[in-house]
Amino acid sequence: MWDAEIRGMASAHAIIASSVFMATVMPAVLVEKFSVYGTHLVWLYSVAGSVAVVNIAVYWLLGIGPPTKKNTLSYKVSRLIRSCLYFLFSCLFFHTVVVLYGAPLLESAVETFSLAVLLSTLTTLRCLCILGPNVQAWIRVFSRDGAMSVWDTSLQITTGCSVVGAWLGAFPIPLDWDRPWQVWPISCTLGATIGFLTGLVAAPVWIHWHRKQLTYKIK
Amino acid sequence: MKRLPVLALLVWVCAVFYVGIFLFVGGFLLVRLEVNRTSTCADVLFPGGAEPKGDFCPTEPRFRRVVVLIIDALKSDFARYDPANEAPRPYENKLPVLNEMVSTQPSRARLYTFRADPPTTTMQRIKGFTTGSLPTFIDVGNNFASSAILEDNLVHQLGQMGKRVVFMGDDTWMSLFPKKFHRSLPFPSFNVKDLHTVDNGILQNIYPTMEGGDWDVLIAHFLGVDHCGHRFGPDHPAMAEKLTQMDEVIRAVIGRLGNDTLLVVMGDHGMTDTGDHGGESQKETDAALFLYSPSPLFPNPGSQVEPEVVPQTDLVPTLALLLGIPIPYSSVGQVLLPLFSTAESPTGLSQGEALWINVRQVNRFLETYSSMAKDIPPESLTQLRAEFSRISSEYLKSVQEGKPVSSELQVSMQEYLTSVRETCRASWARFNPLKMAVGLSVLAGACILCYVLSELSSVVVSRGVLKVPVVCGVVVGGVVAVGQLASQGYVEAAWCLGGAALSSEVSFLWRSRRNHPRGRLALARLLAPALLVLLLRCASLLSDSYVVSEGRVVTFLLCTLSLYVPLRLNWDGLLLPPPPSDSQKPPGLVPALTLPPSVVRRESATMLVCVGVLVGSLYLSLSFHNCREEQGACQPSPFLSPLSRVQDSRLRNLHYVLSLASLAAWAYLLHRWLRHYGNLNSPGVTVFAARFLLPLASICTGLHWAVSATPEDSFRNLADLIGLAQVVLPRAAFALLGLGLSLVWLDPLTVFLKERAPLQSRGPSVPPPKYRASTGISPQAELHHLIPQLYQRIRRSLEDGVPGGPEDGGPAVEAYGLGTVYSAPLVLLCGLFGLGLLLLHPEGMALAFLLLLLESGALLHLHACSTTLSSLQRAPSNGFSVPWAPVVLWSLAACQFFHTTGHLPTFPSIQWNAAFVGFPQGHTGTLLPATLVTLNTFSSHILFAVSCPLLLFWPLVCEIRGWKGSRGGEEGEDAVMEMRLRENPQQFSSALLQLMMRYLFVSGVQVFASVCAAAILRRHLMVWKVFAPKLMFEASGFVVSSVSVLVGVSLVMRVDAAVGSLFKKLVPEASR
Ligand SMILES: [Zn+2]
Ligand SMILES: [Zn+2]
Repeated sequence: MWDAEIRGMASAHAIIASSVFMATVMPAVLVEKFSVYGTHLVWLYSVAGSVAVVNIAVYWLLGIGPPTKKNTLSYKVSRLIRSCLYFLFSCLFFHTVVVLYGAPLLESAVETFSLAVLLSTLTTLRCLCILGPNVQAWIRVFSRDGAMSVWDTSLQITTGCSVVGAWLGAFPIPLDWDRPWQVWPISCTLGATIGFLTGLVAAPVWIHWHRKQLTYKIK
Repeated sequence: MKRLPVLALLVWVCAVFYVGIFLFVGGFLLVRLEVNRTSTCADVLFPGGAEPKGDFCPTEPRFRRVVVLIIDALKSDFARYDPANEAPRPYENKLPVLNEMVSTQPSRARLYTFRADPPTTTMQRIKGFTTGSLPTFIDVGNNFASSAILEDNLVHQLGQMGKRVVFMGDDTWMSLFPKKFHRSLPFPSFNVKDLHTVDNGILQNIYPTMEGGDWDVLIAHFLGVDHCGHRFGPDHPAMAEKLTQMDEVIRAVIGRLGNDTLLVVMGDHGMTDTGDHGGESQKETDAALFLYSPSPLFPNPGSQVEPEVVPQTDLVPTLALLLGIPIPYSSVGQVLLPLFSTAESPTGLSQGEALWINVRQVNRFLETYSSMAKDIPPESLTQLRAEFSRISSEYLKSVQEGKPVSSELQVSMQEYLTSVRETCRASWARFNPLKMAVGLSVLAGACILCYVLSELSSVVVSRGVLKVPVVCGVVVGGVVAVGQLASQGYVEAAWCLGGAALSSEVSFLWRSRRNHPRGRLALARLLAPALLVLLLRCASLLSDSYVVSEGRVVTFLLCTLSLYVPLRLNWDGLLLPPPPSDSQKPPGLVPALTLPPSVVRRESATMLVCVGVLVGSLYLSLSFHNCREEQGACQPSPFLSPLSRVQDSRLRNLHYVLSLASLAAWAYLLHRWLRHYGNLNSPGVTVFAARFLLPLASICTGLHWAVSATPEDSFRNLADLIGLAQVVLPRAAFALLGLGLSLVWLDPLTVFLKERAPLQSRGPSVPPPKYRASTGISPQAELHHLIPQLYQRIRRSLEDGVPGGPEDGGPAVEAYGLGTVYSAPLVLLCGLFGLGLLLLHPEGMALAFLLLLLESGALLHLHACSTTLSSLQRAPSNGFSVPWAPVVLWSLAACQFFHTTGHLPTFPSIQWNAAFVGFPQGHTGTLLPATLVTLNTFSSHILFAVSCPLLLFWPLVCEIRGWKGSRGGEEGEDAVMEMRLRENPQQFSSALLQLMMRYLFVSGVQVFASVCAAAILRRHLMVWKVFAPKLMFEASGFVVSSVSVLVGVSLVMRVDAAVGSLFKKLVPEASR
C-alpha cells in the first residue's frame, strides 16, 4: 500500500516538476528575446499558469480531493466560486505579507503582486486541490499530527519549502554584487520556485524514509 | 528569593564581557606612534649637505607675515561662483570676492579644492593642517576632551622662530596649543545653536589687530558657517546671510594687507546636504582654499601644471617654507609648487630647492619613524630608500653642474612624496594580533558562560558557584602582574585583566562540566529556530552590505520571528481548541488540565491581533530611519529634522500636533495600564509619581517643543522669554522625571491595603466606602486585582501549626495591586525614563517612541498568550522560565529601535543636539554633554534592557484571563498573578537569572560577531567606514545595555525586599 502510494506521488510530482521546466523552456520559442531575468514577468506567469493547470489536472485525474457530500451542479459551482475567491484572498494576503516584510509599497507593486500570485499558485492552489475551500482543514493540516494522508504530508513539505525558498530569496537583495537576479522580485520568485521543486523531490523521499513512523488517522 | 547570588553572577559575567571588549579594542584601534622630535633651524637634513648653516630657515623668507582665515566647514561648493546661475540656492554664489580676485589678478590669487583626511571633525582637522600628519581612527572619540598637541607643529615652530602668533575664534585651539600664542581671544565653540558669538567676537578684534601691527601670524577661526549648517542645513536663508558676511570679511581683510603678507582663506572640512560632517564622503572632505598676496606670487596661469586638489597636509610645508621656518618634524605634506618661483623669476626659494628640502625632511621623518616602529612594511621601505638615493644623487649632480633642476626630477620628487604619504596612510592602521586574539577568546568564553549559566540557572542559584572562579581570576591576574613586574619592570593592566578573565571563565566551565557531565548542557538546544534567527543576525554583521542596511535586516528578522511564534504553536496543535471528540485517545494520555475551548479561542485571537500590531509597527518603524552615506538613493525620515528647521509653517504645525498626540498617548497608555491593574490606589510616593509627575513632565516636554519650534525672528520682543523657557522647561521636565525615578526607587510598592472589619460586625447596612469613586478604584480593578486570599494563605503558611489563628475565616486585609507588584514599578520606571530620553530626541521621534511602546506591548502580550497556550505542553519543572524566542525578539527590537529613533552605527550620525536640551548656552564640563549624548544614542538599548524582566512577569500578569476558570476548581483560589513568584522564591530567582543570562547572551553574541567581523575583515576596504564604527557602537551598546540590565534587576530585587517587609509588617498586626 505504501509503495504504491509513494510511487503515485512521485510520478505526480515528476509531472508537476517537468511542467515548471517546460514553462521555462517553451516561451523561448514563442516569445521573442525571452529570458528569465529580462522578461521576468512572462516567465513568472508562464510558470504559475502551467503549475496551476498541471496541478488541477493531475489531482483531478488521480481523484485526490476532499470528500464531497453533495454532487449537485449548484454545489460544485459554489465550490468553484469559493475556491476562486480564496485564491484571490490568498494573493492579497501574500502581497500584504511581502509588503510588511519590507517590499516597496507603491513602486513595482505589479511585481510584488506577481510574486504573490506565484506564491499562491505554489501553496494555496495545492491546498485548494487537496483539501478544498476549507480554511479549518488548511490550518489543521499545518500541525504536527494534522496530516491524514501522504498527500497532506507532501502538501506540508512543498508549501513549507516554497515559502522558505521565497524567504531565503530575499537575502541577496541588499548585497552590492550588481547581478541581474538581485532585482526585486526576481531572487524571491526564483527562490520560491526552487523551493517548490525541492519540496516536490523531498516529499516522496521523506515519506519513504519515515514510512515506519507515519501513522495516519483513518478518514 | 536569592538576591545577592543572582546580582553577583550578573556582575561577574558583565565584567568578563567588559574585559574582552577592552582587550580587543585595545589591540584593534591602535594609535599611530607619535614622534616627539622637533625640527630646528640648525638641522642638517642630509649629511654633507650643501648649505653649511642648516637646511631650513633661509635668510630672506618670501613672506614676513601671514593672515589665516579659517572658515569652519567652508565647503568647496560655497567658494565657487557661477555668473550664469540665475536662481542660486542660499549657499551658492555668496562669496563673489574669491572669484573676482582670481579672475582679475591671476598672479596674486588662487582658489583650490582643499581635501581633508577623514575623520572630518574640526579638532582632527586642526591637528592635520598644523602638524602635517595623518589622523588615526581612535582620535575621533577625543572630540569632547581635546588635549594638547604634542607633536611638532606649525604653531610651535612659529613660536620658536620668534614670530608673534595672534589667535582669535574657536576655543578648540586653546586646548590644542596651550600657551603657544602671543595673544589669543578664544570664544566658546561648543554651542552649535549659537551662530554669531564667535564670529562677532572675531570681527570686533580682527581689524584693530591687523592695523596695530603687533603680530606676525594672525589666525582667525570663524564658526558661524559650520554652526549654521548644523542648525539649519546649507540650504537655508541663514546660510546665505552668513556667507555674505564672510565675503565682506574677506574683502575687508584684503584691503588691509601689507605687501609682505600672505592671506590664506580655508575651510577645515565640508558638510553634507544636512549640514553635518565627520565622515569621508566627498561632500565632507572637500573644502575650499584661497591664497592671495598683494604682490605677484603665482606664475601666469597655463605656464605650468596646477594641482586640481590640494591635500590638507600640504599646507604645512608650504607655509613653513614661505615664512622661513622649519617644516614640522612629522609632516608628510608636499609643498604647493605654484607658490614657489620658477627659474624665470627668481624670488625666494625656487621650486626645485623647496622640493628638495621637503623630500629630505620627509625622508628624515621616515627614517626616524621606521626605526621607532616596525609597522611600515620593509619592502616598501627599501623601495622608498632606493628612490630617495636616486633623487639625491641626481639633484646633487645637477647642483654641481650648476644647472637648474630638471622637470623630470621635480616630478619624481613629487612622486616620492606622494608615495611616502600613501605608505604611511596604509600602515597606520596597525593592530596588535595577540591582544585581539585574547580579547576574542575572552568574549567567546563569556558567551559560552552566559549560555551555560542560563541552562544551569536552577542549579547555580541554589549553591554558590562564584567563589572558585573569582579566586582563580584574582590569583592568575596577580601572578601575571608579578610576572610582568619581574620581567619588564612595569605592569600592563590589559594582560592582567585578560588572564584573570580567562582563568575564571575556564575554572567555572570546567567545574560545571565536571558536575554536569551530560544531559543538561545539550548543544542541540542551540539549534532552536529562535537561535537560528540570532545566528543569521550575527552572520549579517560580517557583510558590509548587511551592516549598511542593518535597520532593514533586523526588521526582516524580527518580522520572521514574530510570524514564527504562531506558526509554531499551530504546528504543535495548540492554536486551535482540541477537537471535542477525543474518544480515541486513551484516557491516561489526556492531560489533566485542559484549557476550555473558549479560552483557547480568545487567546489565539488576542495572539493574532498582537502579531498584527507587532508586524504593523515593524513596518511603520521603517519610515523613521536615517540614511547612511553609502545608501545612494535614500531619503532620511522627515521626522528626524528638528521642528525649527521645517520652514513650511503648516507642515510644522502638523508635525507638532502629531508629536504632541504621541506624547499624550504615551502618558495615557501608561496611566491606563497602571489604573487597570489597580496600582494607582495606594497613598505611596510611587503613585504620586505616576499620577502627577508623569503628566507634568509631559506637559513640560510639549511646551518645550513648542518653544524650540518657534522661528527665531517671529517674536523678537519675546526673545528673552523664549530663551528662558528653553532653559527652564526641559530642566523642569528632567527634574520632575528624576524626582519620579528616585521616588520609584525609594518606595516601589504600589499596593493599596484596605483593612476589613471582622465578619460578624459587617452587616448589610454598612454603606460602601466613599473613596471608591474618588480614589479611582474601578469596579473592574477591584474585581480583578483584589487579592485577599493571598494574604490569607501567606499567613496560614507563616503560622503553620498555630491552631485557630484566623478565627473568622474571611480575609481581614484586602490588597489592591498586589498582582502586579513587580511589574508596575518597572513599567513606571521605563515610562518615566522613556519620556526623559524622548526629550533628548528631535520632536518627531515622539511617534517612534509611541511605536516602541506599542511594539513592546504587543511583544509582551504575544509572549504571554503563547505561554498560556503552550502551558499544557510545558513540563511543570520549567517553572517561570522564558523561552528563547521572546528574548531574541526583545533584543532584536532594541537594535531595531536604535535605527527607528534615527540613529546609525556611524560617527557622523550621532545626534549632538541632545547635549543642548536644557543647556542652550553650552556646557563647561564634558561629563554632562557626554552623558546626554550617550543616553540619546542608546536610548532604545536602555529601555529594552531595563524592561527585560517584564518578559518574566507578563505571562503572570495576563494569566487572569485564562486561568480563572480552569484552575479555580483545583485549588479554590483567585488569580494570584505575580504572587506566584513570591510563593516560589527559588524558581523566581532561577528564572530571573536565566532570563537575564539569555538576554546578555543574545546581546553578547552580537558583540562577538561584530568583533569577529572587525578582526577577520581588518584589511577590508570598508573596515574604517563600516566595521570599526559598527564594532564601537555595538560594544558601547552592550556596555550600556548590561548596565541597564543590572538597574532593572536591582529594581526587581528592591521590590522583592519591599514586599517581604510588607508581609512581615502585616503578619504581626493581623495575628494580634
Ligand atoms: Zn569644523
Ligand atoms: Zn561642525
